[in-house]
Amino acid sequence: MDFNDTPEEAAFRAEARAFLNAHAEPKAAARPVLRQSGLDAEGVARCKTWQAKKADAGFAGLTWPKRFGGREASPILQVIYNQEEDDFVVPRGLYEIGLGMCIPTMMAYAKPEQLDRYVRPALRGEEVWCQLFSEPAGGSDLAALRTKAERDGDDWIINGQKIWTSGAHLSDFGIIVVRTDPNVPKHEGLTFFFLDMKSPGIEIRPIHQMSGARHFNEVFFTDVRVPDSQRLGAVGQGWRVSLTTLMNERLAVGDVQRPDVDDLVELARKMRINGKPAIQNGAVRERIAEWQARSQGLKFTRFRTMTALSRGETPGPENSIHKLVNASKLQDIASYGIDLMGAAGLVVDDDLAEAYAMFQSALLSSPSMRIAGGSDEILRNIIAERVLGLPPDIRADKGMPFNQVPTGRR
Amino acid sequence: MNFDFSDDLKQLRDQARRFLSERCTPAVARRSLDGQERYAVDLWREIAGMGWIGAAIPEEFGGAGLGYEGLCVLAEEIGRVVAPAPFASTAYLAAEAILTAGSDAQRREWLPKLADGSTIACFALSEGAGNPEPDAIHARAVGGMLKGIKWPVADGGIADIAVVVACNEARQASLYLADLANVRRRDLTTVDPTRNQARLDFEAVPAERLGNGGWGAVQRVLDRAAILFAFEQVGGADACLHMARDYALERYAFGRPIGSFQAIKHKLADVYVALELARSNAYYGAWALGADATDLPLAAATARVSATEAFHLASKENIQTHGGIGFTWAVDCHLFYRRSKELALAIGSLPFWKHRLVDLLETRNAA
Repeated sequence: MDFNDTPEEAAFRAEARAFLNAHAEPKAAARPVLRQSGLDAEGVARCKTWQAKKADAGFAGLTWPKRFGGREASPILQVIYNQEEDDFVVPRGLYEIGLGMCIPTMMAYAKPEQLDRYVRPALRGEEVWCQLFSEPAGGSDLAALRTKAERDGDDWIINGQKIWTSGAHLSDFGIIVVRTDPNVPKHEGLTFFFLDMKSPGIEIRPIHQMSGARHFNEVFFTDVRVPDSQRLGAVGQGWRVSLTTLMNERLAVGDVQRPDVDDLVELARKMRINGKPAIQNGAVRERIAEWQARSQGLKFTRFRTMTALSRGETPGPENSIHKLVNASKLQDIASYGIDLMGAAGLVVDDDLAEAYAMFQSALLSSPSMRIAGGSDEILRNIIAERVLGLPPDIRADKGMPFNQVPTGRR
Repeated sequence: MNFDFSDDLKQLRDQARRFLSERCTPAVARRSLDGQERYAVDLWREIAGMGWIGAAIPEEFGGAGLGYEGLCVLAEEIGRVVAPAPFASTAYLAAEAILTAGSDAQRREWLPKLADGSTIACFALSEGAGNPEPDAIHARAVGGMLKGIKWPVADGGIADIAVVVACNEARQASLYLADLANVRRRDLTTVDPTRNQARLDFEAVPAERLGNGGWGAVQRVLDRAAILFAFEQVGGADACLHMARDYALERYAFGRPIGSFQAIKHKLADVYVALELARSNAYYGAWALGADATDLPLAAATARVSATEAFHLASKENIQTHGGIGFTWAVDCHLFYRRSKELALAIGSLPFWKHRLVDLLETRNAA
């Protein structure tokens, strides 16, 4: 065992490092870079400038085909780039969905001339993409979505509502899955499109989250016209296309959220219990030890995933545990740290709050981590079914035409 | 990044798994459970013959020279079958103590005998309640004679020699080596009868000192063993998860396999998560052992905490998944539940290792 890069990986890492050193600020050690409360115009401009720079230097779409500006690189190089970028302050939050999920879906299903039109502008960050999947009636049960599309000559007319759409208000294009046949079982009546987010009839309303931020939107569709040429996959095959999109969810390889264990240790040194530093308290120490074991366990699980990628193998199922473990750990550490502060734990004012108020910030943002991108419950189902081979849940709507499926207490 | 066992070691693991699934069936552990034999004598001879006991012992001292990663791989398989054998006592603890603390002459004298299975060794540390700390050691070695009472000592009833933690004339704890031929001992009844545990009364028994390392040498042995124990615990946890999964597929209630209920699915998903975290931490420990890394103590404490928690969770939820039948003597769930506690209490229990982990974390952060 060792943790060394191969010569090719080392050369790439040095190249990435040189690019980042030349164009970005290293992160300051102490102050955490907290998730912004939403991108303003200036933030969007910064993202666009950075993405263009990154694409021109060949660090965007690393694994993509060369004809679209990629390098056809092994996924391990993407991981290495992400690791290196994580040491720098770079603008984030505008392209992850589009480049990570939308364009890969386009590559799998769109026509060659459409790819020639859309891929490069997306890669350079000139055009922003969003993903319109979740609905008020279709979250964990995504295939229960109700937004409908009806054929009208060469077009389809979309009516309905999407929700939890990250960056819809900043997007030029979106991918969407809609119901085209309510008379068949739910998975069979779906169809997939891409569309212009500036189309008439689209109304976007930001969602005010419990954390105070506005990352997500509700998107309302009223008689929105989409040409049939923008259909991805066959009519009725939308569920299959959606699975392609979801398979492209990013491998968990970098993101350590703060506060993590080191932040808690630092805090426990400062806070006092019974006149002594909290770090000397047995109960506090045991909790810290438990989180450290989880935190390190995740880190070394990432290393196992990277090893598989480096060898050109598919990562094992252990990769599925990251978000499940991370989200609860973050919520629990945040809450515990605040408890150590006593009454002052309530305060988030900059001049008074401990540790840049990162514990309070995480307290209020972490509930979303346990829900977004697959809730804890769905992730446990996935592990149980795909890793352990346990049977799928019994479905009350199995084989039932969608329009006969119960939708609430009547 | 090359954070995985080599193909050769994976092959060794597969061979070990095949061998043990045939030769160390639950019936073998049950012979010890029911008091028919104090350890699996035939199995011990066979694994010695294959070089497992001396896996990490260098060839010049009669070992197989497979390195620590090899011993880690084997430890996982031993754990998977709750082997009733003095493997940990001899290979993780006594051989390691002699190898890391002993003189060249002591290594030459003892390691070949341990490696070929002809001599069984135990590690006499505990003196009743408490955890491995210098203050807890009251045994004395004065003028080459050892006095003190050690209990419980894993494999103390079947071992030929013991590595003993005792204080010297200056009341400094250190490692000693004693022949057990004339030591008064009695077997103890414990929660895990598949492993021999004994009380050893040293009443002026000749003992030779192993090195001059003081408590640091003791702790070094414990740290290194913690990683090997972690692999054994991971193997046990993995076996429990498989048992529970298989039963959840087979057992029907309310007209469906119980494995289709989220109450069971989510429980077993949580066991899987704990197991994979423990496995990843154990892997890091394996690397630290092989590389003799400065990070080894922290890696060991982390692996130990993670693996102890995982095996405890997996073994209790395995019984729970089985329901009433899992609480019977006839079904094997309790063998793992018992072993999980036996392994958790060897070389210091969970609270001890959690505190040690934070001690080490503080030291590292202060550096």
